Amino acid sequence: MLFRVIAREELKRLFGFLVSAHTVVGPVKAGRDRTGLPLYAFEEVERFEDLSLDYAMTKIPAKRFFLPYREDMAVFEMRKDDWEKKVDYNMGRPRIFFGMHPCDINALNRLDKVLMGETYPMPYYIAKRRNTVIIGIDCTPRPCCFCRSMGADTALHGFDMFLTDIGERYFAEILSDTAFTFLKKISATEPSGEDHVLYKKAAAARNERFVTHVDTTDLMKILDMEFQSDVWKQWGDKCLSCGACSNVCPTCYCYGVEETVDLKLTTARKTKMLYSCNVIDFAEVAGGHNFRPERHIRLKYRYYHKHRGFVEAYEESLCVGCGRCGESCLSGITVPEVIASIRGAL
Amino acid sequence: MPNSGKTYLGVPVSRPRAAFFDFSSCEGCQLQILNNEATLLDFLSLVQVVNFREAMTEESDEYDIAFVEGSITRPDEVERLKAIRSRAKVLVALGSCACFGGVNQLKNRFRDLLWVNKTVYGDAAVETDFVRRLADVVAVDLMIYGCPVRKEEVEKVVTNVVIGKEISYPKYPVCMECKAGENICLFDLGEACLGPVTRAGCGAWCPGNRAGCWGCRGPADDANIEQMKRLMRERGIPEETILDRLECFGGFREVSETFRLEMTKGKP
Repeated sequence: MLFRVIAREELKRLFGFLVSAHTVVGPVKAGRDRTGLPLYAFEEVERFEDLSLDYAMTKIPAKRFFLPYREDMAVFEMRKDDWEKKVDYNMGRPRIFFGMHPCDINALNRLDKVLMGETYPMPYYIAKRRNTVIIGIDCTPRPCCFCRSMGADTALHGFDMFLTDIGERYFAEILSDTAFTFLKKISATEPSGEDHVLYKKAAAARNERFVTHVDTTDLMKILDMEFQSDVWKQWGDKCLSCGACSNVCPTCYCYGVEETVDLKLTTARKTKMLYSCNVIDFAEVAGGHNFRPERHIRLKYRYYHKHRGFVEAYEESLCVGCGRCGESCLSGITVPEVIASIRGAL
Repeated sequence: MPNSGKTYLGVPVSRPRAAFFDFSSCEGCQLQILNNEATLLDFLSLVQVVNFREAMTEESDEYDIAFVEGSITRPDEVERLKAIRSRAKVLVALGSCACFGGVNQLKNRFRDLLWVNKTVYGDAAVETDFVRRLADVVAVDLMIYGCPVRKEEVEKVVTNVVIGKEISYPKYPVCMECKAGENICLFDLGEACLGPVTRAGCGAWCPGNRAGCWGCRGPADDANIEQMKRLMRERGIPEETILDRLECFGGFREVSETFRLEMTKGKP
């Protein structure tokens, strides 16, 4: 692994170089909540000053740049006796993410396992994923973060460069030749022994800030044992079935497909829309039968997909512990509490 | 039905005769249809409009689809609506007033209509009864929700009617569309919003413009109203505010009536 240290001013120069030729997306302040705290979002950024590299967490994950909430999968041009199907993976221009936290990088890595896997590769996702350069950045864990419990607090791959704030400089971990080439444009030096010490101190300080933990010991087995538990019903009573959790989840990838015909009757579209398994008609099939008409069953299956089914298939949870779902849930349904209640610890 | 000369997948499609009618309402839903000039001509190529008071002087009693806006508040309206029903093959309730009674039905909260009449109109009393939605008077084939309706949705419904495609509405609440629009949650801003229980389809029109949802499209399927009330209370939102919103358009009539009774219990 290749390490470099970059002065703050040099990072600004790097940004300037990148933004002059590419689309750069990064964390920005999108507003303030009722208590005056800033709310962050990933948006296209043109000025380094607009970036909030010390951001807490974006409300909406980076997912939408890879899996847009709505996306045309195919457009059909209909002529008198014929029609033509046009497919566009909506790849767009190459994109550079400037400042993505480890949980979000890991979320993409876990999405890769499904959407770039051999069984059902999704070209719409792959096109955008391959066309993106990711510069990661360390974070300050918030009280709701439990990424450590989900093995997602550190990103081992899935990025081009990863930055850690070590005071006046950034400690950079370089993983791709793309990032290495970028660094040739600025002054980046070999880290000294002192820089190593500063890095380890920063990492240790960050580790101390994790306050929420989820016990995943034997979780697959426990979920199997508690499949009929009344606890699910209690959470189901609180669930609004509004789908907010899935929409803010960096790894929820389920979608619905709708076909529409335009007013001229000459163009039809097949549009994919990110869906939520908590929504009433998620498991409704042709003919009208609904396999999961009950709220608590739908909520339960969301947990089983994240913490059981995916673990069985890929040996890690589909949840990265970013805490967004719990933050967005108006009913206050959080992963740590749900899992604890299933374990009988609440 | 006359043929439109158009084909869909090589099959000729008919061009239904469409008529627009209004009852007690602001007529804003019909205005929405005229508003979108970019697609108006395409819309008119799909249907032949034979009655549209806001848009044309000609009238005809021969039509296939009747788009009916407004609620029913007078005996003569009942007769007129029944006549429309008898002529139309498809009757579409257009907007919240037609679907639920709309803002007009707020007066139903007062049991004494004479008092209402006197308070509002003074000596110039008008003939007015309790407000009813269309479905309380005649059979309604389709509902297009919203205050006002969304032109895109009307166009989609009409297109699907013409090509014989199933017509469906989102069953999920507004939150789905609001999150997809990456809006800041109104609750994060300390405001009230009925988004979590209201049927989507509006594209989170109001929350996207930093105005909490008032539920004009009525409840989503499986709306968890009790939890909605609970979480609003937890956030210090007064019960009157919740009730105001649930009552406003009439879509939540059943729950709001019970809620009002609970709230006023023991009070004079």
